[in-house]
Amino acid sequence: MNFNLSKEQLMVRSIMREFTENEVKPIAAEIDKTERFPRETVEKMAKYNMMGIPFPAEYGGAGGDDLAYAIAVEELSKSCATTGVILSAHTSLGCWPIYKYGTEEQKQKYLVPLAKGEYLGAFGLTEPNAGTDAASQQTTAVLDGDNYILNGTKIFITNGGEADVYIIFAMTDKSKGTRGISAFIVEKDFPGFSIGKIEEKMGIRASSTAELIFQNCIVPKENLLGNEGEGFKIAMSTLDGGRIGIAAQALGIAAGALEETIKYVKERQQFGRPLSKFQGLQWMIADMATEIDAARLLVYRAAFNKSNGLPYGKEAAMAKLYASECAMNVTTKCVQLFGGYGYTKDYPMERMMRDAKITEIYEGTSQVQQMVIAAALLK
Amino acid sequence: MNIIVCIKQVPNTNEVRIDPVRGTLIRDGVPSIINPDDRNALEEALRIKDNYENVKVTVLSMGPPQADAALREAIAMGADEAILLTDRAFAGSDTWATSTALAAGIKHIGDYNIIFCGRQAIDGDTAQVGPQIAEHLGLPQITYVEELKIEGNKVIAKRALEDGYFVIESEMPVLLTAIKELNQPRYPSIRGVYDAYKGDKVKALSAKDINADFDNVGLDGSPTQVNRSFTPQGRTGQGELFQGDCKESVKKLVVRLREKHLV
Repeated sequence: MNFNLSKEQLMVRSIMREFTENEVKPIAAEIDKTERFPRETVEKMAKYNMMGIPFPAEYGGAGGDDLAYAIAVEELSKSCATTGVILSAHTSLGCWPIYKYGTEEQKQKYLVPLAKGEYLGAFGLTEPNAGTDAASQQTTAVLDGDNYILNGTKIFITNGGEADVYIIFAMTDKSKGTRGISAFIVEKDFPGFSIGKIEEKMGIRASSTAELIFQNCIVPKENLLGNEGEGFKIAMSTLDGGRIGIAAQALGIAAGALEETIKYVKERQQFGRPLSKFQGLQWMIADMATEIDAARLLVYRAAFNKSNGLPYGKEAAMAKLYASECAMNVTTKCVQLFGGYGYTKDYPMERMMRDAKITEIYEGTSQVQQMVIAAALLK
Repeated sequence: MNIIVCIKQVPNTNEVRIDPVRGTLIRDGVPSIINPDDRNALEEALRIKDNYENVKVTVLSMGPPQADAALREAIAMGADEAILLTDRAFAGSDTWATSTALAAGIKHIGDYNIIFCGRQAIDGDTAQVGPQIAEHLGLPQITYVEELKIEGNKVIAKRALEDGYFVIESEMPVLLTAIKELNQPRYPSIRGVYDAYKGDKVKALSAKDINADFDNVGLDGSPTQVNRSFTPQGRTGQGELFQGDCKESVKKLVVRLREKHLV
């Protein structure tokens, strides 16, 4: 068994570290406060091929692998979970379904500019009445000549309103249940497509989370992704991979929080010595570091499996379940170690704790991950 | 136009600690980076490549086999090819021996218009290797370059001084040394990383390959003798503490700073 990263992955990590330190960290607190989408960061990431890391160069990607991509999300999220999720939703949810299920024409038209970062991607599955129960889709798509006509509403869509291309799920045949769901590639300017409410959130506040409204939205029939009725399969397999991105985001939040905390406890003096000299606090640090390493191994294994053609659905669910709960636990403890300062906006800790919570909820709640893991074990 | 950029792989001194007893650097587990000034030199070469047709950028380094990673990073930033001078015969080289080897490497490459070096390395701080290469090769040199223009067969460089600058014009071929004010280096691109490790983009050459002068390379060819290395004691200046009422203290402080012409 080999736990070493490849030379390429090591270099990607060092580039992402430097990029995060110089370009991402300095604005993290400001964009959280003002809920400003960091468009300039997206443009910089595009310039350095960070928007399509796991896709082949002929499709506009960097020609890297899923582990390098997970490392990129981890490093960004150490300082800014918002930037981490923008990249994760774009890569895993916006680009990957086209890479996996798209026709050559669809790949040329959409994947190439997406992977180059000229377009930003998003994924619309969730509806007001179809959250964890994603099969209860009420958005409909009816074939009318050369077009599908979409009607319905999606909510909580990451990158919504900022993205150029959306993967949208809709019922093409209600009588068939999950086998009646189809996937579509929808451009932001298609007639009948508009952005509704933008959510005001507890964490990842600079990431745009929007309602998508389809009112007789006209989608050319060549924008059907996969075949009619394959939508649920496309959605579920996309989320299997997306969980690696979110797990990496959660891992990054936890690791970033601990890095800051280790610096702080070495400096902060109480009772005449630094906090780091108190054994009770040392044990907290040791436990957090162990938990983070365990999370990292789960995340990297899931990414490794995905890149190497091994099964990764259960592994990704385990990684996401564990890493997200690790992020919540670690950031809560780190706020505790910062004491009163941790509760203020003078330090990043309260933001990291707010950011951590969503990782237990989106792209499948912790309970959904448990369902996926149990289903794989008990089938 | 052919540009050769000399780079050095150095420990990231931001993360280096100093052994308090022996006074030496603790390099264990410290990541290696391209020397910062060398990155500015490389960036400027890449900008020339971006702006002019038919520019080839070759990166050259002397070092152990691990320096391969620094050269791959340079390729990921956009350099065309890289050469690593690596040989036990080079071990223990001081600046004289290093510049002798690099000059031999440059002669081996042959055709060049600009040799670009960083001002100095963060682990040695000598700023000697660049100028010495120019002397070995009989080239004009402009050091501390903070601005550069190419006009025909000439370079026009702004050479920084502590309290001003020179504008110096030189015909090519010329050797230049870069300072950080010259530019903001780009990041390597992620696609560049994967491309850099494809195929044979870094050529390793031995002392024999480049016809090095064995009397002037490596430890034996180094005139420098290191007697002892130590951490100098920090100078403790005379402090003055203003206590009591905050407003009053600040007033006194400002008066004292004014007296010393510091504000």
